[in-house]
Amino acid sequence: MLATISLTHYMVLSALLFGIGLFGVLAKKNAIAVLICIELMLNAVNINLVAISKYITPTLFMGQLFAIFVITVAAAEVGVGLAIIIAIYRNRVSVNLDDFDWLKW
Amino acid sequence: MVEFAMHHAWLVPLLPALAFLAIVFFTRPWPMLSALVAVAGIVGSFIVSALAAYGVFTNPAFKEEPLVYAVRWFSMPGLQIDVGVQLDPVSAMMIFMVSMVASLIFIYAIGYMKGDPGFSVFFSYVSLFAASMLLLAISSNLLEMFVAWELVGLCSYLLIGFYSHKISAREAAKKAFITCRIADFGLLLGLLSLQIVFGTLNLVELSEKIAHFEQYTTLAVLSLIAVLVFIGPIGKSGQFPLHVWLPDAMEGPTPVSALIHAATMVVAGVYLVARTMFLFHEVPNAMELVAITGGFTALFAATIAVTQREIKRILAYSTVSQIGYMMLALGVGSMTASLFHMWTHAFFKALMFLGAGSVLHALHHKADVWEMGGLIKKMPITGWTFVIGGLAIAGIPPFAGFWSKDEILAMTLESGHYVLFVMAAFTAFLTAFYMWRLIFLTFFGDENPENHPHESPAVMTLPLIGLAILSTVGGLVGTPWAPYWSEWIFFGHPHHGEPNYWVMIGSIVLAAAGIYLAYQLYCVDKARAKVKALAERYNHIYTILYNKYYIDEIYLWFNHTIIDGAAKLFYLFDIYVVDGVIVNGLGALTCLFGEGLRVSNTGRLQNYALVFFLGVLAVVVLLAFTGPSAASLIVGGVK
Repeated sequence: MLATISLTHYMVLSALLFGIGLFGVLAKKNAIAVLICIELMLNAVNINLVAISKYITPTLFMGQLFAIFVITVAAAEVGVGLAIIIAIYRNRVSVNLDDFDWLKW
Repeated sequence: MVEFAMHHAWLVPLLPALAFLAIVFFTRPWPMLSALVAVAGIVGSFIVSALAAYGVFTNPAFKEEPLVYAVRWFSMPGLQIDVGVQLDPVSAMMIFMVSMVASLIFIYAIGYMKGDPGFSVFFSYVSLFAASMLLLAISSNLLEMFVAWELVGLCSYLLIGFYSHKISAREAAKKAFITCRIADFGLLLGLLSLQIVFGTLNLVELSEKIAHFEQYTTLAVLSLIAVLVFIGPIGKSGQFPLHVWLPDAMEGPTPVSALIHAATMVVAGVYLVARTMFLFHEVPNAMELVAITGGFTALFAATIAVTQREIKRILAYSTVSQIGYMMLALGVGSMTASLFHMWTHAFFKALMFLGAGSVLHALHHKADVWEMGGLIKKMPITGWTFVIGGLAIAGIPPFAGFWSKDEILAMTLESGHYVLFVMAAFTAFLTAFYMWRLIFLTFFGDENPENHPHESPAVMTLPLIGLAILSTVGGLVGTPWAPYWSEWIFFGHPHHGEPNYWVMIGSIVLAAAGIYLAYQLYCVDKARAKVKALAERYNHIYTILYNKYYIDEIYLWFNHTIIDGAAKLFYLFDIYVVDGVIVNGLGALTCLFGEGLRVSNTGRLQNYALVFFLGVLAVVVLLAFTGPSAASLIVGGVK
């Protein structure tokens, strides 16, 4: 018997995805990889939003609507992020986050 | 006229005050005009005082009920201060005496200060002094009295330091002011306590309330207040141990010494105690303190006066000693005798100071009595008036000092203070001795060929004659056979002592013995060989007395060792504890915290992100495992 896919499955998937993204943000040395991981985390949230909307308030499309906003903001964020990384690269000739320590002291 | 004077007695202090203002703002460039304004002010004040005193002393109702009129000075909840006039026999006598002596001294000063570059300034200061002193005498309120008390202190300071080009004068002025300030602090505390406990500083109200002081406070508190109030007179009236400023105060011009440091200001302490007698009367211990302080000071100062060489210094110690007598009389409960001695003392001591001023004037300020001699031939008026003053202070009848001193001795004996009586009697002997030592050395014996004395002008000798007359007859108002004085000036009930012939004869014998001893030692014995031999033989005692029991040195030592030592200690405390531990320590601690926190600022975004995450995690855990109260703590007002 094929088990039906419940809300819990979606939430576990979302949590896993978020965890992977978080690990990448905290652990990756490459700035590009960090940006990609942020995208993972955002998409984990999107899955959550859509799933909860589908299962708890099926007649409303608030979650889906919100996910579209998140995707839009994420696109803008990637655009700004990449621009910053290129600017830093021109200064430091590196995308390694360990070299970006101007905030120190 | 009399009615007008009595109901406008505020004119008495006002006229000299106006003279002060007029001199300062208008007549200063014209010295003679300034002197005229000052003399006019004080003589006007004397006339009003005399009329007011006549009014008081012809109306027996004043013995019971003083004439008080006042205006509200300022008020706030719980504190109403009036400024006004209280006319009763005591204050009427005081303003009469002060304005009379001051008038004579002002006139004398015209001659004495002639040619001085500060002539106008001098008269402005003495006018201000006279105004303050008369205000002190006439005050109906202790705060008003305190203001006047400080004003006379200020004038005393200004006039002691009048010759400000002399270092010694400046130092003496500071010494006088600081010593009196110490004492005034005690007085101020006493007055504040009176205001706090009894809620008024009005003399009449206070006397009524203190008569039933049990309703307000305990005897212990009242004793403390009395002692605090008495500290003021100890300083102002030069009582032991705060007498040190008075002999140095002789740096001022001689009329000032006569007016302020003999006749009026220094007896302000006696007057204050007499004015607040209702307070001291309730506290027997404070009365004993007053009596012992007075009796001791009288003897103490008299022994010092025996060895001093400067003419004004001898008179200064004599003043200290005589005020000691007055305090003694107050302490044994006889305000009558005390104020009587104040009255006679003002005349003969002012006379002797002015005489000394005349001598200094003639000898161009050569002050050592050992270098004088035979002056009476060249300066007969000064000399003979001084002799009258000497007879009066020694206590030879019928001169003024005899009656008052005799009354003090009799009262001391009657009250049962036998030790103090013996001290006072011995002081009487010493007084006669040192005063006649001064007279014999100065006016009799061989003339010193270096001196070329000349009699002073009439403007100086006339006040001397006036004071000599007062010194002669001034005591007759209070003889035991005609006790007008004690009928009017008393505390509680008038006291008519039977004439005590033994005391009278004894005091005459003592005075005569003192004079005879001085005559033998300083007049008959031309070479003064005996005196020198005595000084040699009792060298230790002589040195101690000549150096005034080293009181000044003890104070200096105390200042240099204890005060400066404590200051050094506090300096180190400031440097190492306040600056070192507190100020720098606080800075170093902050620095250390900064250093520690710096380590956490790695500048790596990922570390910060980790902290964010951990923070969020903590919030989530908290929300999950604790109740809603903790949750609301974190999320604030959000429901």
